[in-house]
Amino acid sequence: MSDISTTAVKPPFWLLAELTYRCPLQCPYCSNPIEFASIKEELNTEDWFRVMREAREMGAVQLGFSGGEPLVRKDLPVLVSEARRLGYYINLITSGVGMNADKIASLKQAGLDHIQISFQASSAELNNYFAGSDKAFAQKLAMAQEVKKQGYPMVLNFVLHRGNVDQVDQILELSARLQADYVELANTQYYGWAFHNREQLLPSREQLQKAEAMVQQYREKFGEKMKIIFVVPDYYETRPKRCMNGWGNIFLTVTPDGTALPCHSARQLPIEFPNIREWSIADLWQKSPGFNIFRGDDWMREPCRSCPEKSQDLGGCRCQAFMLSGDAANADPVCDKSPHHHLIKDTVAKAQCEAGEQPLVFRNWGNSKQLMDKC
Amino acid sequence: MTGLINSQWVPRINPHFRLQWEPAQEAYVLLYPEGMIKLNFSGGEILSRCDGKKPIGNVVLELQQKFPEAEGIETDIKEFFATAFERRWLSHE
Repeated sequence: MSDISTTAVKPPFWLLAELTYRCPLQCPYCSNPIEFASIKEELNTEDWFRVMREAREMGAVQLGFSGGEPLVRKDLPVLVSEARRLGYYINLITSGVGMNADKIASLKQAGLDHIQISFQASSAELNNYFAGSDKAFAQKLAMAQEVKKQGYPMVLNFVLHRGNVDQVDQILELSARLQADYVELANTQYYGWAFHNREQLLPSREQLQKAEAMVQQYREKFGEKMKIIFVVPDYYETRPKRCMNGWGNIFLTVTPDGTALPCHSARQLPIEFPNIREWSIADLWQKSPGFNIFRGDDWMREPCRSCPEKSQDLGGCRCQAFMLSGDAANADPVCDKSPHHHLIKDTVAKAQCEAGEQPLVFRNWGNSKQLMDKC
Repeated sequence: MTGLINSQWVPRINPHFRLQWEPAQEAYVLLYPEGMIKLNFSGGEILSRCDGKKPIGNVVLELQQKFPEAEGIETDIKEFFATAFERRWLSHE
């Protein structure tokens, strides 16, 4: 039974603080909302102090500073100090652009535990094309070396898609040269900008199988020395992912304007989500309608409701259900029991031939405004 | 396995992990990039003594004194150390 009025709600474990939507890069698979240009009023330092304090009091341990590019926030060092004082393990999720050796050192001094640098590809040419910046690659290389030198655990993140997935071997060679402790190969998830560019980004099955085989070889070669995390693209699965490990279960995102979400792409759902300017963290987590609507399994319809696997995948991803079927309470169309599964199959079938002819739409202010005007 | 553990070694927490007491979990936890390992009671008792100064032999002695009823505790502790080195939670000089 999952009656949330009688079952105690577990506290959040993860707090993802999206400090800003401003970013010097323009990756066309960005998970930020398409309409980010309309969101301007960022939370101030005191607001973030309160968010962090209240979430920590509830039991949150892992904190991610993300964005946009979190380095554009001038108050990042004081946010890190306060987070450390509260006892968080602090992850900085960054493009590396806007960083330098002094900043890396002062953030360490402030208590930062870990820096994750994202790359777009293993060569300057491809990397800079997808980042929409001709200086990005050199900067990232220099910063990755500096992060290592200053004793942080180093996590490199590569978002994989049709345009770079064939270079997985070069990506892993580069990671080994940089002495990465962890490499995250995250196949694009189709939300936000990535959904808009899906036809250009979704790889073919053959591309994926080759990449996976390559990953396996490198895992055997490096073992514990360099851990390789391969996030599978769920379009190629027949069962949905256990999205966010459950709605309002362990994960809390606070967006730049204070809207609190159960996952970073939920903003697009036709649901009213609480804002930290009006709610305490404990209340919004436990009592707000937005965080309760898909908790547990009472909300499920068929085929999920009577499915023996429902407690494993929890019906999959609500955003994917909404984007593809038009209703967030439907089964995730990735599941082959879903009456909408053909939508995934059709998209995957198209990806076996050539990429779509539309040019990639890069994530920037101008495109955000233009796409909003169209709607 | 435990025969490979030398009592003279001085273990310390790998700087890529952070050990801390978590009141909400009522346990010691090891934190690392985007993740957490919740330690059981004995794991917490052992790791919280690995301060980079104390040799393994002293950790064993301290725990034997703290838990005099626990029999054969030395083997258990050394097994835990073997696992902790293998998983790189600890390094030693």
